[in-house]
Amino acid sequence: MGIIKRLGINFSWLKRIFKKKRARIGIYGPPNAGKTTLANRIVRDWTGDAMGSVSQIPHETRRARRRQGVTIESNGSSVTLDIVDTPGLATKIDFHDFMVFGLSEEESKRRAKEATEGVIEAVKWLDDLDGVILVMDATEDPYTQVNVTVIGNMEARKLPLLIAANKIDLPNSSPSRIHSAFPQHPIVPISALEGQNIELLYQEIAEHFG
Amino acid sequence: MKGIQLDLISEDKLDAMTSMEKVRLILDEVRNGKILILEKGLTPNEQTKLIELTMTEIAPDEFSGIEIESYPVKQNDNLLNKLLGKTTLKTRLTVIGPAAQLKTIKKSRDLISALVSP
Repeated sequence: MGIIKRLGINFSWLKRIFKKKRARIGIYGPPNAGKTTLANRIVRDWTGDAMGSVSQIPHETRRARRRQGVTIESNGSSVTLDIVDTPGLATKIDFHDFMVFGLSEEESKRRAKEATEGVIEAVKWLDDLDGVILVMDATEDPYTQVNVTVIGNMEARKLPLLIAANKIDLPNSSPSRIHSAFPQHPIVPISALEGQNIELLYQEIAEHFG
Repeated sequence: MKGIQLDLISEDKLDAMTSMEKVRLILDEVRNGKILILEKGLTPNEQTKLIELTMTEIAPDEFSGIEIESYPVKQNDNLLNKLLGKTTLKTRLTVIGPAAQLKTIKKSRDLISALVSP
């Protein structure tokens, strides 16, 4: 390779041929961090559609959803991605937690069963991704096992990771706490709900996943 | 004396086990109500395996899952690794217990504070 470099041969055309057509990016995070809200915003901004329903009740997304060919343009560069909105990762699911939101016992148990399947699906998707946007709730403690596990997996696989510190529209949010917990990764403070800093997120997406 | 059994598993014992053996041991012990402290912790891949298997075992009114807390992994970038141009990940102490009995109060880079209920 050194000889090729010294000879000044340009193989960029070869890279273009073998380069993946588009990166497959997973949106990960714990339940209720705002993953689907963010997925909806990205897809709506660039295609006019939506990806899934959102709810205050945890585990609203219980099946991974993929949207193919979303082209994001920022600062003169553009990147085309397949975006996978994944169910929230968790280590525990108790159907009683859903009953607090007014669901019947039967509904809660069904939701819990589907949620466990959703977590397994989200874990399986990790093997088929080229990068991850990890959505963290900036009002919560960032050192959760879900965050540690997703970050550890991406570091072990040497795949790009972008942290979206979500919910900065809330008064008790603290993106700086996330930054000091995981200083080795790029962090964009956003409000997926209100669209704050969303342009900045698109810049980072174009830079990291392009 | 009544109480909750706490098992501290050494790095040497963990090193001698395969990933699946570790995950199976953890789930079996936690389902029996024990709290485990792993000296070395699990690799990111083992953590996802554990999450996956835990999900398959969750059953209403029987088992609601696990509470697991570990310090973030460290980059093991010593001089030899730097010279060889590679970095490895070093896992750290991990606490695992039944979600119904172990609750994390606070966690930071170097401190895990948890509450254990009978």
